Amino acid sequence: MSEAFSFELVSPEALVLGGEASEVVVPGSEGYFTVLANHSPFMTTIKPGIVDVKMSDGEAKRIFVRGGFADVSPAGFTLLAEQATMLEDFNMEELDEAIKAARDDVAASDGDKKSKAEAVLAQLEDSKSAVEMATAH
Amino acid sequence: MASLKELRNRIASVKATQKITKAMQMVAAAKLRKAQMAAEAARPYSERMAKVMANISAGMEGSENAPKLMAGTGSDQTHLLVVATAERGLCGGFNSSIARLARDKARKLMAEGKTVKMLCVGKKGYDALKMEFSGILLDVVTFREIKNVGFAQASQVSSQVLSMFDDGEYDVATLFYSEFQSVISQIPTAQQLIPATVPVVEDDVEAEDVHYEYEPSEEEILEDLLPRNISVQVFRAILENAASEQGARMSAMDNATRNAGEMIDKLTLSFNRQRQAQITKELIEIISGAEAL
Repeated sequence: MSEAFSFELVSPEALVLGGEASEVVVPGSEGYFTVLANHSPFMTTIKPGIVDVKMSDGEAKRIFVRGGFADVSPAGFTLLAEQATMLEDFNMEELDEAIKAARDDVAASDGDKKSKAEAVLAQLEDSKSAVEMATAH
Repeated sequence: MASLKELRNRIASVKATQKITKAMQMVAAAKLRKAQMAAEAARPYSERMAKVMANISAGMEGSENAPKLMAGTGSDQTHLLVVATAERGLCGGFNSSIARLARDKARKLMAEGKTVKMLCVGKKGYDALKMEFSGILLDVVTFREIKNVGFAQASQVSSQVLSMFDDGEYDVATLFYSEFQSVISQIPTAQQLIPATVPVVEDDVEAEDVHYEYEPSEEEILEDLLPRNISVQVFRAILENAASEQGARMSAMDNATRNAGEMIDKLTLSFNRQRQAQITKELIEIISGAEAL
């Protein structure tokens, strides 16, 4: 059994998950990374995707996160996510609607705004594929 | 002197009013509990955010390539005042005290020859400010239809604020809201959003000698972080406002209920006195009529 460290997943609305974890896999903006105990201090932004948490009592949790950043410090690992949803509560229809709205945005805007809208759309589509991947197996 | 019937009607109407204010007070109390819980739930995020901000910005201090959101535009000519108030009235001095704070600030800035622009969040603040500042009031955002204002609404406001900053429409942004202290005290507060003020975090001893690795670079993270931080601050302000509003309404309605009670007592007293006077008068008439025979 691996060593445990304190892990917190916080969204603006609530503390989604907090406790002792033994292993956390995070979708960093430069690629997935795994945090184990005694990880060196590290900070990164995250991209939409699935966070895999193994709590120290062996329970596994999968959470969809979007937008935010990870802060690994000696005191523990804090993941700040703009949106965090337990995978089993995830609502695909809502996401589809958001994608549709984003597409309309892209179509309606131009210039600087267009690239921003496109970035939003790309992010949403990333989220969708990440969720589909995770639920497929 | 009002007649007996008139008095009876007035007592009935004050009683009905008292019932309404009493009900409003109880509703506000229930909503306050909910709003307080929401504010508490949001606290960890903003606390962590402040900590991370402090960590990163400590390393960025005075550096040339600090993002504009932090360093400012180098001028403070144009100010944007974001005034967050409630959507509804009947909550004592809650809305007017926020509006007053914003108004004083706007007047002061204008006296200094600065340009002022305003953005209202919440209908009541808009109502209070539109008379004096109709020319500089840019927009009003209302959440009237939305029952539970969430982070999505806050980021909607902050993205509006940010896109205006990107277009160079102002140099300094200040957010006005009411900080929740207790049911009887809410403090109207002004908080500078842009350029970002670095939060001071105490008990930061261990963090100081930790060397973080950043991925991507520190600057890029900070650039991602600053807009988020603004959303978080707006969100916090909205939550504090929600709690303050209910607190203010609760104490306002408590006062109203008590006043109605006092009024009922007074009216009942004069009602009884008059009824007694009438009875006495009738008795005297009967007696003097009997004596005359």
